[in-house]
Amino acid sequence: MDSTFGIVFGALFISNIVLSQFLGLCSFLGVSKNMRNALGMSAAVAFVMIMASTISWFLYHSFLLPFGLAYLKTIVFILAIASLVQLLEMFMKKHSPGLHKAMGVFLPLITTNCAILGIALINVQKEYSLFDATVNSVSTALGYTLALVVFSCIRERLDEADLPESMKNLPIALITASCMSISLLGLSGMH
Amino acid sequence: MFAEIKKGIIKENPLFVQILGVCPALATTSSLTNALGMGAAFSLVLIFSNLMISALKSMIPEQIRIPCYIVVIASLVTVTEMLMGALVPDIYAALGIFIPLIVVNCIILGRAEAFASKRGVFASLQDALGMGLGFTLALASVGSIRELLGAGTLLGFPVLGSSFQPIMLMAQPPGAFITMGFLFAGVNYLKQRKEARHG
Repeated sequence: MDSTFGIVFGALFISNIVLSQFLGLCSFLGVSKNMRNALGMSAAVAFVMIMASTISWFLYHSFLLPFGLAYLKTIVFILAIASLVQLLEMFMKKHSPGLHKAMGVFLPLITTNCAILGIALINVQKEYSLFDATVNSVSTALGYTLALVVFSCIRERLDEADLPESMKNLPIALITASCMSISLLGLSGMH
Repeated sequence: MFAEIKKGIIKENPLFVQILGVCPALATTSSLTNALGMGAAFSLVLIFSNLMISALKSMIPEQIRIPCYIVVIASLVTVTEMLMGALVPDIYAALGIFIPLIVVNCIILGRAEAFASKRGVFASLQDALGMGLGFTLALASVGSIRELLGAGTLLGFPVLGSSFQPIMLMAQPPGAFITMGFLFAGVNYLKQRKEARHG
C-alpha cells in the first residue's frame, strides 16, 4: 500500500497523468495554445475528476462488488461520468451562469477525456480506500493543471519562434512535451 | 468497392491525418508486440460497433444517440477485455488500463457518428476494416521505431546486432512523444510538398 505522501508525489510528478501516463492528451494538446484556456480546462477537469472518481468509488464498492458485477465497471463508470457531466452543465447554466460561461465550452469535451475514466479505473484497480482515492484524484488533477499550465506558457513563447514550416504546431508541441517528460523522468528513483 | 477500405489506410488515416487517438498511440507503442495487440483490440471493437450501430440506426432515437453509442461501445470493450485476458494474458497485462479506455477513443465514436449512423451495414463494415487497419499500421510504425531504437529488437527478435547500444529513453514516455513529434513533422512535410506542387 502506498503512503499518502507517495500517492501525492507520484501523481504530481513521477507518474504525471499527462506526461508519463499519456491520459488526457487530446485536451492537453488542444487547449494549451494560451494560458487562459489552459486554466479553464484544468479547472473543469479537476472539478469533474474529483466528483467522478468519488461517485465511481461508491458505485464500485456498494453495488458492483457485493453483487459480483465487477466486470461491468467500464460500462457503469462511463455512464456515470456522462450523466454527471450533463447534470453539471444543466446545474451550472441555471445557477451560476458566470461559471458556466468560463467552463461551459470545455464541459462536453470532458466526457471523452480519458483522464477522467482513467483515474476512476486506476483507483479501483489499485484498491484504494475512499480517502486514498480522493487524495489520488485531487493530486492527479493538480498534476494535470501543472503540466497544462507550464506547457501553455512554453507554447505561447513557441509561437514567436522561427521554426521550419513542417515543425509548427503539433510536432514541436510533442517534442516540447518530450523534454518536459525527460525532466520528470529524473525524479523516478524517488518513489 | 474497396474504396471505403482504402481511404482509412492512407488518405484518411485516423492517427496521422485526422490526429485522433493520440493517447493510445503514445502509451501502447513501447514495443511492436504491444502496438499490434492494441491495434487488434481496437479494430475488433470498431468493426463490431460499426456493424451494430449501422444495423440499429433506425431504432436509435436522434436525441439520445450518443449515450446509445457509448453503451454499445462499452459493452463491446468489456467483451474484448475479457477475451484478451483469457487468450493473450501477457499483452493484456502490458496494455493495462488502455484496453478499457478504448471506450473513450474518439475514433470509434467518431466513426459511429460520422459513418455508421448514416450508411448501410456493408459499407460500415468496410469503413471499420479500413480505419482499423489504418490505425493498426500507424501504431505498428510508431512501435517498430521505438522498439528498434529502444531495444534493438523487433517483436522480441534481435535485429540490429550486438554492437548496437539501445537508447533506453525511446522505450520510456519521452521516447513516445519525440517519435510522434517527428512522425507528425514528416507527415506535415509530405502534405506541404504536395500542396506546393498542386498549388
